[in-house]
Amino acid sequence: MSFASKSPWVIHYDASSCNGCDIEVLAALCPGYDAERLGVINTGNPKHADIFLVTGSVNEQNISVVKEIYNQMIEPKVVIACGCCACTGGVFHDCYNVLGGVDKAIPVDVYAPGCAVRPEALIDAIIEGVGILDEKAKKLKSAEKEQA
Amino acid sequence: MNSFLITLIATIVFAIVAPVLGCLLDGLDRIISARMQGRVGPPLLQPYYDVRKLLQKEKVSVNSVEQVYIACALVFTLIGGGIFFSGQNFLLCIFLVTLSALFFIVAGYSTRSPYAEVGAERETLQVMSYEPMVLFVAIVFYQVTGSFDVSTVVSLDHPIITYTILAFIGFLFILTIKLRKSPFDLSSSHHAHQELVKGITTEMSGSTLAQVEIMHWCENILFMGWTALFFITASPISWVIALVLTALVYFLEILIDNNFARVKWQSMLKSAWFVALLAGGINIALLAW
Repeated sequence: MSFASKSPWVIHYDASSCNGCDIEVLAALCPGYDAERLGVINTGNPKHADIFLVTGSVNEQNISVVKEIYNQMIEPKVVIACGCCACTGGVFHDCYNVLGGVDKAIPVDVYAPGCAVRPEALIDAIIEGVGILDEKAKKLKSAEKEQA
Repeated sequence: MNSFLITLIATIVFAIVAPVLGCLLDGLDRIISARMQGRVGPPLLQPYYDVRKLLQKEKVSVNSVEQVYIACALVFTLIGGGIFFSGQNFLLCIFLVTLSALFFIVAGYSTRSPYAEVGAERETLQVMSYEPMVLFVAIVFYQVTGSFDVSTVVSLDHPIITYTILAFIGFLFILTIKLRKSPFDLSSSHHAHQELVKGITTEMSGSTLAQVEIMHWCENILFMGWTALFFITASPISWVIALVLTALVYFLEILIDNNFARVKWQSMLKSAWFVALLAGGINIALLAW
């Protein structure tokens, strides 16, 4: 049995977002929406986090940071692209410095659309994400068993 | 039965009972904290879910000794709990808890992360801050009972707090440091908004972090035991009173945790030593006189 889905700890990174989605991410953790009901904790530490919430489109300056945070996170892990910019690049998609959505840098599991992304959409995305987290945890376990 | 065997059995019992109680206490803590902040809060068993998840994570460690240090810290906490709850030497229990804290600090330093090192330094300052008062508590207990044994304290006719009210006030002050509650949660905070990445536990992950969590549960139960010791007498009804008062003390700690932002380490050290010298010192002087 997997327990990953019952305590999804998140880390939030702003990859050149306009701050609209960032405020909504924090709003989802505040009393009004209280994501801690689902066990969500904002860790601020990639080594403790299970879910990576990325807001904003990725550009040349921060692609290395996004990759670094992703690489420091420990399996099983899930990436959620929060907002239109993180999903596709949004209104900034043809800017000279913008690479596009977060999936240009790291593999994204869940796309949460919206400009800015609504806290409801974000919580839905996290619930979608924990399902994937469970699947990944199971795969990791069976892989460990095969090794042993 | 010799004391070695008693300690061994008590440690094993403590190692089974304390994590269960500590987990429930932590879950209750988080629900009450959430209600104080106008939130619904997580389920009661959330700390258990967290630890189960951490145990399932991929095993990653920055070096090979970190896990050993953390395991030692956990084991010494368990032995300390076993010694305390089997009614043996209180002083030895204090030293074992300090030893456990030292292993935790060394584990923080061993990871070589700047954030963890700052956390380890702050943990050292926390130990420096609370240790005098804890020793003063042991001294006043000795002055009243003539023994460092926990069993003599609980067999008194009057609760020991009647002689040690000042020491109890000092103890309440440093209890906030020991329980890692704001404003004295300098080394590692539950609240992400006031933390340098994650303080001393920055580089710990998976099962190592799970052990740290379990250690904190056991520590909390042990410190609640220390608090209860002030109220317990030979009569069985005092155990119920002690339970209620200890729960009240824990509630007070949660209230303090939610109402204060973290202080600077200078304020913590100065205020903790000031309270220890004033409350502990006067209490010792009164009893000696």
